[in-house]
Amino acid sequence: MGLLDGKVAFITGAARGQGRSHALTLAREGADIIAVDICRQAATVPYPMATPEDLASTVKQVEALDRRIIASEVDVRDLAALTAAVDDGVAQLGRLDIVLANAGISTPAPTLEMDEQVWDEMIEINLTGQWKTIRAAVPHIINGGRGGSVVITSSLAAIYANANTAHYSAAKAGLVMLMKVLAKELAPQSIRVNTIHPTTVATDMILNEPTYRLFRPDLEHPTRADFEVAARTLNKLPVAAVEPADISNAILYLVSDAGRYVTGITHVVDAGGQLG
Amino acid sequence: MGMLDGKVALITGGSRGQGRAHAVTSAREGADVIIIGIAGQMATVPYPMATQDDLDETVKLVEAYDRRALAIKADVRSQHQLDQAVARGVAEFGKIDILIANAGIWTQAPFWELTDDQWEEMIGVNLTGVWKSAKAVAPHMIERGSGSIVITSSTNGWEAGLNYAHYVAAKHGVIGLMKNIALELAPHGIRCNSISPGAIKTPMTDHQGAWDMFAGHPAAAPSRT
Repeated sequence: MGLLDGKVAFITGAARGQGRSHALTLAREGADIIAVDICRQAATVPYPMATPEDLASTVKQVEALDRRIIASEVDVRDLAALTAAVDDGVAQLGRLDIVLANAGISTPAPTLEMDEQVWDEMIEINLTGQWKTIRAAVPHIINGGRGGSVVITSSLAAIYANANTAHYSAAKAGLVMLMKVLAKELAPQSIRVNTIHPTTVATDMILNEPTYRLFRPDLEHPTRADFEVAARTLNKLPVAAVEPADISNAILYLVSDAGRYVTGITHVVDAGGQLG
Repeated sequence: MGMLDGKVALITGGSRGQGRAHAVTSAREGADVIIIGIAGQMATVPYPMATQDDLDETVKLVEAYDRRALAIKADVRSQHQLDQAVARGVAEFGKIDILIANAGIWTQAPFWELTDDQWEEMIGVNLTGVWKSAKAVAPHMIERGSGSIVITSSTNGWEAGLNYAHYVAAKHGVIGLMKNIALELAPHGIRCNSISPGAIKTPMTDHQGAWDMFAGHPAAAPSRT
């Protein structure tokens, strides 16, 4: 008997990393999943993004938990494709209760040197893509008339400034007001909306050389160990990066009955990072 | 198998209301509980405060989950009483993993009409009492290199509240205190957070002064829903 028996969750960026972890955590608690991921490279992203094989692996792992999952390759910049994916998922699974707007990219660059395309693609995916996700999916929760829960993946970067992340941080901060307005608009329908703000999470979006160089600009070819020395200084608890499961567990609280009166908040899971 | 199997939680203001709920929830998840309550009335508080009977009832509710409860009559304004409670708790249970610094009062007056006593009792319990509670457990938690502290703030830790400036100041203050405790104890692997409830239905909010405030006029009737 799980915390989310009978529920259906729509998760973006579900092919790997945090998104896959959320899919498995929610499935373990009884939820069926509608999963999307771009499953290809975005133009300005310097590290390998998820592949169709990654998404297929998420599907296998959810099904191994004896839950249903409807997965498709969708770019969150494509509102029509998002809408089609959610409509199809709801048609097959019968309802929608939860939306996890989790898809995101990281493209470190100095603020005054970054290309226009780098700024634009970041805003289109990490900010506008989240609104499009919500736009496509939340009407289904409203139609259900049973309430529901939306969690948008923001970041510690929305609260605490780090060099070379202006576009990322602006997008992540923008999500906070999107969340608050939505929380106010949807409260009468018992639909709760919150943001989650992780510190550095140990996923493929972070564990790559472009990110290591962001954290260690003093080194030409920093290793993961070099990166961890710097990453540790962002946190106050003795840890370099948290696990995706740490974020999934916080999301579980927000989307389950334990969090039934929690809405409009910025939920921070940052190992003390914002304490400055 | 509960989330708090084998853990020991110390809860101030545990006789009734939120504190009692925290004690029961902790017990349900496997923790043994040390419950601190004032079991007495404070001069500026217009509603009846928790009694020894309330404290005893919380013990019974904890024991119904087959967990152990140690009830201690203590005032969070007294460092000595808190230190003694911690010592008794550690002697009885071997350790303290969790502190829920929850004891609190709520009184009302326009800020320029608050008496010295109203202000001081409020700060004494709702702010200073929280520091004293954390101070009482910190050395033990540091020695163990482990622990989690939760401080009960309020939505009034973020927002103003008409006619209870002292409560608002204290609830804002414990958020700052929480951040410092978190900063100072993080190297020891100990976490500290605050929780900000809105209006929760407990004896602290279920009285005429509260009904009048929520209704926006005097002589309000309590809600029947």
